[in-house]
Order: sequence, then structure tokens, then C-alpha cells
Amino acid sequence: MTTPAAYRVSHLDALEAESIFVMREVVAEMERPVLLFSGGKDSIVMLRLAQKAFAPANIPFPVMHVDTGHNFPEVLEYRDQRVAELGLQLVVASVPEALANGMVREASDGTRNRIQTPVLLDAVEKHRFDALFGGARRDEEKARAKERVFSFRDEFGQWDPKNQRPELWSLYNGRHHPGESIRIFPLSNWTELDVWHYIARERIPLPSIYYAHEREVIERDGMFYAVNEFFRPRAGEERFKAQVRYRTVGDASCTAAVRSDADTVEKVIEEVAATRITERGATRGDDRVSEAAMEDRKREGYF
Amino acid sequence: MSTEIMASANAEARAVAGAGPEARPMDLLRFATAGSVDDGKSTLIGRLLYDTKSLFTDQLAAVEAVSAARGDEYTNLALLTDGLRAEREQGITIDVAYRYFATPRRKFIIADTPGHIQYTRNMVTGASTADLALILVDARKGLVEQSRRHAFLCSLLRVPHLVLCVNKMDLVDWSQEVYEQIADEFTAFAAKLDVPDLTVVPISALRGDNIVARSENMPWYEGPSLLHHLERVHIASDRNLVDVRFPVQYVIRPQSTTVTDYRGYAGQVASGVLKPGDEVMVLPSGFTSRIAAVETADGPVAEAFPPMSVTVRLADEIDISRGDLICRPNNAPAVAQDIEAMVCWMDETAPLRVGARYAIKHTTRSARAIVRGLHYRLDINSLHRDESADELRLNEIGRVRLRTTVPLLADEYRRNRTTGGFVIIDETTNRTVGAAMIVEAS
Repeated sequence: MTTPAAYRVSHLDALEAESIFVMREVVAEMERPVLLFSGGKDSIVMLRLAQKAFAPANIPFPVMHVDTGHNFPEVLEYRDQRVAELGLQLVVASVPEALANGMVREASDGTRNRIQTPVLLDAVEKHRFDALFGGARRDEEKARAKERVFSFRDEFGQWDPKNQRPELWSLYNGRHHPGESIRIFPLSNWTELDVWHYIARERIPLPSIYYAHEREVIERDGMFYAVNEFFRPRAGEERFKAQVRYRTVGDASCTAAVRSDADTVEKVIEEVAATRITERGATRGDDRVSEAAMEDRKREGYF
Repeated sequence: MSTEIMASANAEARAVAGAGPEARPMDLLRFATAGSVDDGKSTLIGRLLYDTKSLFTDQLAAVEAVSAARGDEYTNLALLTDGLRAEREQGITIDVAYRYFATPRRKFIIADTPGHIQYTRNMVTGASTADLALILVDARKGLVEQSRRHAFLCSLLRVPHLVLCVNKMDLVDWSQEVYEQIADEFTAFAAKLDVPDLTVVPISALRGDNIVARSENMPWYEGPSLLHHLERVHIASDRNLVDVRFPVQYVIRPQSTTVTDYRGYAGQVASGVLKPGDEVMVLPSGFTSRIAAVETADGPVAEAFPPMSVTVRLADEIDISRGDLICRPNNAPAVAQDIEAMVCWMDETAPLRVGARYAIKHTTRSARAIVRGLHYRLDINSLHRDESADELRLNEIGRVRLRTTVPLLADEYRRNRTTGGFVIIDETTNRTVGAAMIVEAS
């Protein structure tokens, strides 16, 4: 039998359909889902998919921001605007609060990537969330390349890469005991380029720092860090103005920008298609610590 | 493979993947690779990623650094896919790794599965969603037990397209005779299995012959290069567009003052084409109605077909919940509690035993099941049936009879990979312990 051209499905349609299926499975089977919303492009795309999955009803779960206190103001503003537009409940898991009440202690280098984890786990326990949507993609990093769409976490929030549930067809196993939880990654099969193509197709607004702008930066280990209240140049590091944009948005003390003239979504797509460095490799100081930096953080309960 | 060799890859391959916002819509092909490091599988994947500009310089640099530290004589591309510390330390691959690349025609998802015998579980997992499977053999060694096992698993999982790559042709002097002997032997073996489409390609992954461009070293080979085949193999017809099967996933009922009396059945089309006006039947109740509308968040659509996720609205108010299935009155799946299935056991802690009870998940429906019988255990190398077997251990496959607490709305797996497959879950540990393919449901 030949298939009429009308039954063609583009790769973006196929990815969208899969992600929507995953989100509906979670809402149908889990008690208390929550979507991790950082204001980064992947979580923004995830939120759009959630809108589509349950329309014309509202998104049937709250969103949670793990706030390190080191924020880009443009991103916080975007977060609050989206949450208001969609009428969502926002849960903020605050690292500054956790520092103030002694739950965590500041790392010697001042970065807060690692101390986010206990703050996240504390909020999960407090709100009894049993399913956490995360925007991680398998193309990002090689430990993630082996993670399931439904990723089981024990009562300590830990990931055991050697003890993962086989995931066949589109049959996801979200069963768990009280206190355990499942991390859900609806964008598992998307690449950075797919995300940008989707942002263009759906005309999804993003925080302005994703597009080229002029900013005062210093160069460290080949990466460009914005100088701000959370990031101080070391002796001998020279400040200069450069045309940059952010490929990823994370903690402002360890997320770097890339040189770029891409000030529209079309130009960003061209840039991403031509680039030869992964987005985490180009912009995340935290992943460069060791060969297994991401794996170690994930085992401890990181996103 | 050294980076110099990789860098010399054919220039034609450098076509930029996916530049421009969907200039020409790409489709999606999922394929599974099977074979061991010795067969050159990692080299082949590395080459496909590199030649399609999907391998990044920082990934390559990281792999080079680790290779150098370990004293490898060449850049070991297996390290690209071996993402976990335990794997790098032990030099083995323990899990399915997913890799991505794209050409202007297609986006590809590779489920890279390790080839060792103990990892049948991973091969089955990777093959379950694959449109195509790629099996590698070393031209010097010819078919080995493992190649036959992989072919069998692909046929068991009903992977529609199979590609046998006869690799390392450079090490057999590009010999047509060697190639044809292996191709003939494999074709004869595949004839005994359910393999709808088989392609055999002689390649050298290390040197890039017949990967992207046709090889000048093998003028006698008249078929396509591997990438050419992957880009053009016709997969649209692999979908079943005949049997309407719509497992209801979630009922959308907005609690809102602006949208009232809305009731929509959300789900992903498993097979068939759904259109407004179609007469439909809902199982297990058997009630009939008509499709009032097929909707998405972007508006109503004229037709829904796999793999679309849509919301179906019916003309009549019928009690429908998650786990029910919408089909056509004259073309329905079995409503069955007695299930015959081929089961691949995936749990290392306890075997499948006759009399044991498990949870199962079939489409969007959950049930409990008791194992009523084990007809035989299959030796996947010889295809011999051992009828004296009384249990299935990790990586073993057998034909099992189950009785379920509630009816499954089931088709034979060979007719429908979505409504014909289910997973078996241990109710105590909640682990997924088995994969089942329905042979008969009544």
C-alpha cells in the first residue's frame, strides 16, 4: 500500500507527539507531578508542550523553580510573566533561604550548582511531588544519553545508572513506593537544533539573553563570563565589551556566553547548525570539572 | 580510528544538517545498531556522526584525552558512547545509548545496543521502537553466533527493515567473493525468520567506504551507500493505516467557566486513520458512536493517523475512561483475558515462574496477570525449543500463557506493534521484568 503524501509526519511533529504522549501518561498515572521551570529554553518548550497536551484545559500541575539566587534578571522577569499568563502555581525552592537556615553551606568557590540538589530534594519532600518533569535532553551529555524517559529515583533522590528499568515501545513504568519519585524527560529525543526549530515554528518568545547583545565580559578557559554581582573577575582578567548570547541559561555564576551576532531565531538556527562545540561544553564551567561530573551530580539527585 | 582519517571524510558528506527553519520537512528514522566493538560498530557510529557534522570538537577532544590517558594506540570512539564511569573503567557497554544525527533529508535516532550475549535485554529494548536495525559483521570472520542472534531478535521484535553491514572489507582485499559468501549465508538464514526487508552493504567504517559515498575500491558493488539507504528507505508504509486503534490515555474535562461541557479523549493514534463522521466502537463496553471532532491544541484536524497525539470527541455521551480503546465496529481487536505471548525475561534477581503473579502494562491499560504455563524456552542461537523448561531467567525467551484480571484490547504483535506488546512488572519491586509480544489473544 502506498502512503499518500498527506500522511507525512515531519520530525518535529513526531517529537511533539511523543512528548505530549509522555506528559499525558504522567498526569494520568502519577499523583503529584511538577514541572521544573528555570526560564531556560528547554523548560520553556516543555511548558508549551504541556499547554498543548491538555488544551483546552489548563496545565494540570504546578511549576517549580530551583532558585540559586544567582539569576539573570531577564530570566526571572520572563518566568514571572509566563507564570502569570498561564495562571500557574509557582513553587520556588530557594537556595538563599536554605543557606540562611543552615540546610546547606556555600561552596568554597561560591558556585551553587552542587548545593541546589539538597534544596530541590527538600522541596520535593515537602510538597510530596512524585513526578518531576525536567527539560534534559540525551544529546546534551553522555551520562544523559543513557537515561530513561521515566527515570526512577530512590527515596534519597538518587539515580542508579546500573539499575535502570528497561523502557520498551512507549510503555513507561512510573510505579514507585511512597517517598520515591520519577524524573520525567519529555525532551529526551530532541536535539539543541530541534528545540530551536520548534521555537521558530511555534514563535515562542524567549528571554532576551538568548539573542546577541552587547555585554561586559571576561574570558576564562576560553569561555565568556558576564561580569555581575555574582561573578567577579580574578586578578589579571581583563574586562571588555563583546557581542554575545547565551546558549544555555543556568546559574549566573557558572554559565558562560558565546560570541555571537545571532539576534533573531533564524540566525540562531544557522549558528547552531554550524557550530562544532556542544552547548554544555561551550557554556558550562561546572561540566568541565571531571570526565564524570554530570554522572556524579545525577547520582546525587541533580536534574 | 584517528581523527586524521576521520577528517579526510568525503566532502559530499559535509552537507549541513538541518540549516534553515525546516526548508524541507525532514522525517524521523529510528534505528538500532547491534554488534560488538570488535566488529567496528563504534567506528561506524563515529563515522556517521562525524560525516554528518553531528560530532562535536569538545566531545572528540574529551575522547582523545581519555584514550591517550589509557594508552590506547588510536582514538577509541567507543568512549563516545560509553558514557558511564563503570563502563569506561571496565571497558564494556552496559546500557542502551541514544545518539542523534541529521541530514537534510532525515533526523536519525540511533539506539546503540551492546552486542554481548548477556545484553539481549538491551537489544530487545532498542529494537522495540526501531524502524530499522543495523547488524555488523567482520568480513574476516563472517557470520558468528551473535549475528544470527541479533537477526532473530530483530525478527521477534518485528523491526521492518534490516541492514547487514559487512565491515572491514579493506582487510579482505575488497573481495567480492568474501562479501557474497557472507551475504548469501545471511540471506539464507534470514529466510527462516520473519524479515520483511533485507539490504546487505559491504563497507569499511574505518576508511569510509560505502558509508556516505559509493566506494571506489568495490566497483563490483552496485547498491547504495549505507547513508544513502538510511536516508531513503521507505518507512511511511510501515505504519498500519488500516486498523483503527486509539487507546484512550486521558480524559480532558476543563474545570473552567469559559469552556463548559467539554469532554475529549486524549491519546496517540496507534494505527489506522480517524476522521470526523466515522462510526466508532468503544471497548471493552462495545458502545458505538460517531467521531464529532478530532482536535489538537492548534485546532481541529481532518484526519488523525500514527503517530499523532490528538483529542477525539464523540457525538454521544458514553462512559469512557483511560485504558479503553476506540476502534471501528467491523474491525476490532480481541477483548481477551487468555494471552499467549513470546516473553523476553529481563530481571536478574528472579526468574519468571509458572504460577507467579505480575502487574502488566498494555497500551494505556494496567492489569494483573498470572502465569498459567510455559510452553517452551527458545534457544536463540539454534532456535531449538526446550519444552522441559520450567522458568525463564534473565535474557531468556519463551512462549508463555497468561490469564489477566481484566480483558486486554489486544492484537497479534505481528499485526500491530502497539496493541500487540506489553511489559511485565514485578509488583513488589516495581521493576520492569519482562517484555511480551502477543501471539494469540482470546
